[in-house]
Amino acid sequence: MRCQRCPKPATLHITEILDEDKVEELHMCEDCAQRFLADGQKVKKPKSKGHPEPDSDFPTEAGAREKSPSCPHCGITFAEYRSTGRLGCPLDYDTFREDLVALLENVHGETRHSGKVPVNLDRHRRHHDELSRLRKDLQGAISREDYEEAAKLRDQIKTLESK
Amino acid sequence: MNLDALVKSSGEWLKATGPESTIVVSTRVRLARNLAAYPFTSRANNFQKGEIEGLVCDKLQQIVPPPDYFPLANMPALDRQVLFERHLISRDMASGDGPRGVAFNTGEAISLMVNEEDHLRLQVMRSGLDLQGAWSVIDDLDNQLEGKLPYAFSEEFGYLTACPTNVGTGMRASVMLHLPALEHTRHIEQVYRALQKISLEVRGLYGEGSRASGHFYQISNQVTLGKSEPTIIKELGGVIPEIIRYENEARQAWLADTQQPLKDRIQRTRDTIATESQMTCEEAIECLSILRLATAVGEAPTLELAQLDELFIQVQQAHLQKLMGGPLDSEERNTARAQLLRQKLNIAAA
Ligand SMILES: [Zn+2]
Ligand SMILES: [Zn+2]
Repeated sequence: MRCQRCPKPATLHITEILDEDKVEELHMCEDCAQRFLADGQKVKKPKSKGHPEPDSDFPTEAGAREKSPSCPHCGITFAEYRSTGRLGCPLDYDTFREDLVALLENVHGETRHSGKVPVNLDRHRRHHDELSRLRKDLQGAISREDYEEAAKLRDQIKTLESK
Repeated sequence: MNLDALVKSSGEWLKATGPESTIVVSTRVRLARNLAAYPFTSRANNFQKGEIEGLVCDKLQQIVPPPDYFPLANMPALDRQVLFERHLISRDMASGDGPRGVAFNTGEAISLMVNEEDHLRLQVMRSGLDLQGAWSVIDDLDNQLEGKLPYAFSEEFGYLTACPTNVGTGMRASVMLHLPALEHTRHIEQVYRALQKISLEVRGLYGEGSRASGHFYQISNQVTLGKSEPTIIKELGGVIPEIIRYENEARQAWLADTQQPLKDRIQRTRDTIATESQMTCEEAIECLSILRLATAVGEAPTLELAQLDELFIQVQQAHLQKLMGGPLDSEERNTARAQLLRQKLNIAAA
């Protein structure tokens, strides 16, 4: 979630009860929150919900780029991601790697995972590669209107998924 | 499991049996997981969402003991609202559409949302302050599922999630605290400031995404990438004892305060419950909050924390209507709510 006053991530969330039925939700970053708490002023911007939102006043490397490529698997562009706050598929982390690394640095202060790893990592990796290949083939088959091939691929995907 | 029966009591994690229950209501750990082969939920079509649901339900049967699965697609709105009020599903899930659902076990300590923002959201709830306990249960559940479902995972970014704010561990650990005295002394703002300096998120709330009331605060980790789960748990867990200590000091100070004595506030709350023939949800929660404090500091010998914590859920509109056996308009709900409080708290109408 973005700060309501600047593009930094919001770390402070306040729900102010103004009146019996009137409630205002405030989401701010550390700096803005300190200013807010210091002088007790109200934030007048409409509330935003849950996710980073586009901010035209804040050109990022991604936003400034003229053409953004789209994910070959789900079709989303980075601009679309910016406007919804949600990525389209797991492979977007490869497709938009560069842009995402900058964003992750900003949000988490880190860009590399250092937590739990699936017990069966190799299996997951093979699965991941094999499935993304099949999905790609399936998309191709559907766009060629080769439904026989598509049905076959779908079965293969199903079998792999249930393993 | 029957939803109508569910509303009569609270989940086992809301029984005030855990450590530090006078201040810490509950501990929750959530893990976001996605299936490698599918687009994230917001970009999946209903056919794909149906496949995900089928796949997950199939695997859930192999978990011991298997949780019950409740599909939301054709569930009446009131029932969906009940699940939301019980913290079993998110607000977005209650109001969304398409194949989606929630699985949970008796006691509701473990639940699993399907086709929320991420394909899977595992959730473990514990009574009181018990981050370690919650983590070990959810870690185990995750391992069981991982053997059966191909998760989207990258060595660089960890568990891949629809929103990059959750990527890495995909873990959100949170502790729900009742801090009426810190709010009374206005020291809560210092707590806010101290916590966000160390990247912890504070939400004033009762119920996720719900309105702030009842002096409940949820503190959770903001960072999910670049730190291990035990580290995140340790950092979050490390600050809680200090907040508990501040709140306890503030409670003692409020008890000793002769200007605005806590005892007067408690008596006024009892009077309100005795005299008001109608009560909004916010008013009820405010009253319950003061009585929870009273019980915690020994000023309400006839009440119990578990009973109050259950009422925080039951005064919400869907629970109330289920308990009363049918739909009620807002005025009828306010009347029913006032009656419910008097009856359950054994306070005679004045
Ligand atoms: Zn800011
Ligand atoms: Zn994609």
